[in-house]
Amino acid sequence: MDLFEYQARDLFEKHGVPVLAGIVATTPEEAKAAAEKIGGVTVVKAQVKVGGRGKAGGVKVAKTADEAYEYAQQILGMDIKGHTVHRVMIAQGADIAEEYYFSVLLDRANRSYLAMCSVEGGMEIEQLAVERPDALARVDVNPAEGITEAKAREIVEQAKFDAETAEKVVPVLVKLGEVYTKEDATLVEVNPLVKTGDGEILALDGKVSLDDNAEFRHEDHAALADKSSADPLEEKAKENDLNYVKLDGEVGIIGNGAGLVMSTLDVVAYAGEKHGDVKPANFLDIGGGASAEVMAAGLDVILNDPQVKSVFVNVFGGITACDAVANGIVKALDILGDSATKPIVVRLDGNNVEEGRQILREANHPLVTSADTMDSGADKAAELAHSAK
Amino acid sequence: MSIFLNKDSKVIVQGITGGEGTKHTARMLAAGTNVLGGVNARKAGTTVNHQDKDGNAVELPVFGSVSEAVQETGANASIVFVPPAFCKDAVIEAIDAEVPLVVVITEGIPVQDSAEFWAHAKANTGADGKPKTRIIGPNCPGIISPEESLLGITPANITGKGKLGLVSKSGTLTYQMMYELRDLGFTTAIGIGGDPVIGTTHIDALEAFEADPETEAIVMIGEIGGDAEERAAEFIKANVTKPVVGYVAGFTAPEGKTMGHAGAIVSGSSGTAQAKKEALEAAGVKVGKTPSETAQLMREIFEGK
Repeated sequence: MDLFEYQARDLFEKHGVPVLAGIVATTPEEAKAAAEKIGGVTVVKAQVKVGGRGKAGGVKVAKTADEAYEYAQQILGMDIKGHTVHRVMIAQGADIAEEYYFSVLLDRANRSYLAMCSVEGGMEIEQLAVERPDALARVDVNPAEGITEAKAREIVEQAKFDAETAEKVVPVLVKLGEVYTKEDATLVEVNPLVKTGDGEILALDGKVSLDDNAEFRHEDHAALADKSSADPLEEKAKENDLNYVKLDGEVGIIGNGAGLVMSTLDVVAYAGEKHGDVKPANFLDIGGGASAEVMAAGLDVILNDPQVKSVFVNVFGGITACDAVANGIVKALDILGDSATKPIVVRLDGNNVEEGRQILREANHPLVTSADTMDSGADKAAELAHSAK
Repeated sequence: MSIFLNKDSKVIVQGITGGEGTKHTARMLAAGTNVLGGVNARKAGTTVNHQDKDGNAVELPVFGSVSEAVQETGANASIVFVPPAFCKDAVIEAIDAEVPLVVVITEGIPVQDSAEFWAHAKANTGADGKPKTRIIGPNCPGIISPEESLLGITPANITGKGKLGLVSKSGTLTYQMMYELRDLGFTTAIGIGGDPVIGTTHIDALEAFEADPETEAIVMIGEIGGDAEERAAEFIKANVTKPVVGYVAGFTAPEGKTMGHAGAIVSGSSGTAQAKKEALEAAGVKVGKTPSETAQLMREIFEGK
């Protein structure tokens, strides 16, 4: 889960990372009140999970609270690279003397953590890495230890901070390391990390990604999820613990196992090329233990997608054998009753495949067609979607 | 021969008394796996009852710790079904007991926990400089050497012994591919898991299959996200002489959407199926567009021989 800047700022504050005052606002009135509360010069910043908002006009310096009101009015509702601005953060203005860069993230290739730091902050880090690789320190962080003081010293040394600044940056990096490990983050990025005219170090803008798998030990993380941008079908699927992603096509997909479902999307898309270019309407992995209830919940989500014209159920019976899956489909159609109206192609293979196919034959449901292979099932589902279009 | 796991492997089950542990202990025994006991600190001293592949009753002891289980049974492999919150400690316990092979089935482990137990394994090296413990997973279907042993949750009856090696990030897609190629059979099939941090990689498996005299060709299945397939392609180019056929899932996956596996996400220009396919093809790997086409490519290799 990627956080908004204001949420990152709050996490920084919680762990003692020096930040400036910042208040989130969803209306110009709230923005004005926030600016009055903070006092002096403030910055009105669009809260979107995408870079380049400054260039898009989503960041404005307000000298007065009235100006903050005006800018908030301009920025709220703005579209930045396809993201609608629903919130702004009113941040205290800063007297910036120097800008630095710091991040710590999961390094998949090395199965470790990587800290990156530069005294040349402010610019896009990808650009810096390409144009001036020497200016970007890259330091491996042992996951068993995290960012210790010694590790922070190694980082600032490699980044070539002057001795006086380094002393001040080290404790901030240790705190940012705490944000990373204690919050189960996969990314903590500060750009810019600044030195003020008074020589103080501040995290001015932060990006944090949290690990969804770790939610069980962070009760407060669930509240950080951004409900406003989620698709209603995705929301419904999530309530039923289904692994669902809405896509822009006509063939609804249900399968078991992430890899097989991804593969099914591809096979359906290829089959669609022969049938009016129909495409997969979603990714839905019902997982290994596909009970009738899970199957019903999955079918319910997919059949409620008005874009869906046909459904392809592609299951390889492993731990959950095909007869259980077939029973699940039959019961699901019972539960859904008349609300199920779209044709469903079912391909079963693997454990107890004959029993599974027999159950579908006996049920003889008018909406259900059986397919022998993944390829033929995909083709049939694409054909049905095309003819219903 | 098979890699990493054979009929002589002596297995213990961490979490043997739980729901998943119980179910899969029974399945592994039925597949012929030499399961000798299990671990659950709270139920130490008790036993669990199962049947072996011939239907004979077996009574397996439950130990209080991995080291005790290893000492008592001589186990050299462990499989972990412990819930996510306790998985890190369970794996570290197995590493400390110097179990040579640890398969972690558990799904939903925080990635920092995986990174930590991996760091722990890496720090515990033998005389050859390699970690004493090989970890497979987490979030994987495990490993099967058909007709010899199953250390995982793969259905044991998809295919018999044969000449192919298979390595894959995905579970059911592994089953699908084993099924498509059941006419050729497999020495060993390994599901390495779809998490961002995993123990055994595509490269580790490719290296072992290359060295295994009975493996004649290799199937490699990847999916979107990360750059493991690209790195595997480089490795194949430099080190693998046996034919490799590849498949990558997720050609139609849109950018920024996580597809089920925590690691399966296309971010920016990297991690796309197309980029992986091109990297593999540049290394001489034939890549199928679908599982059935991939299986056909493999068959053509044997027909052409």
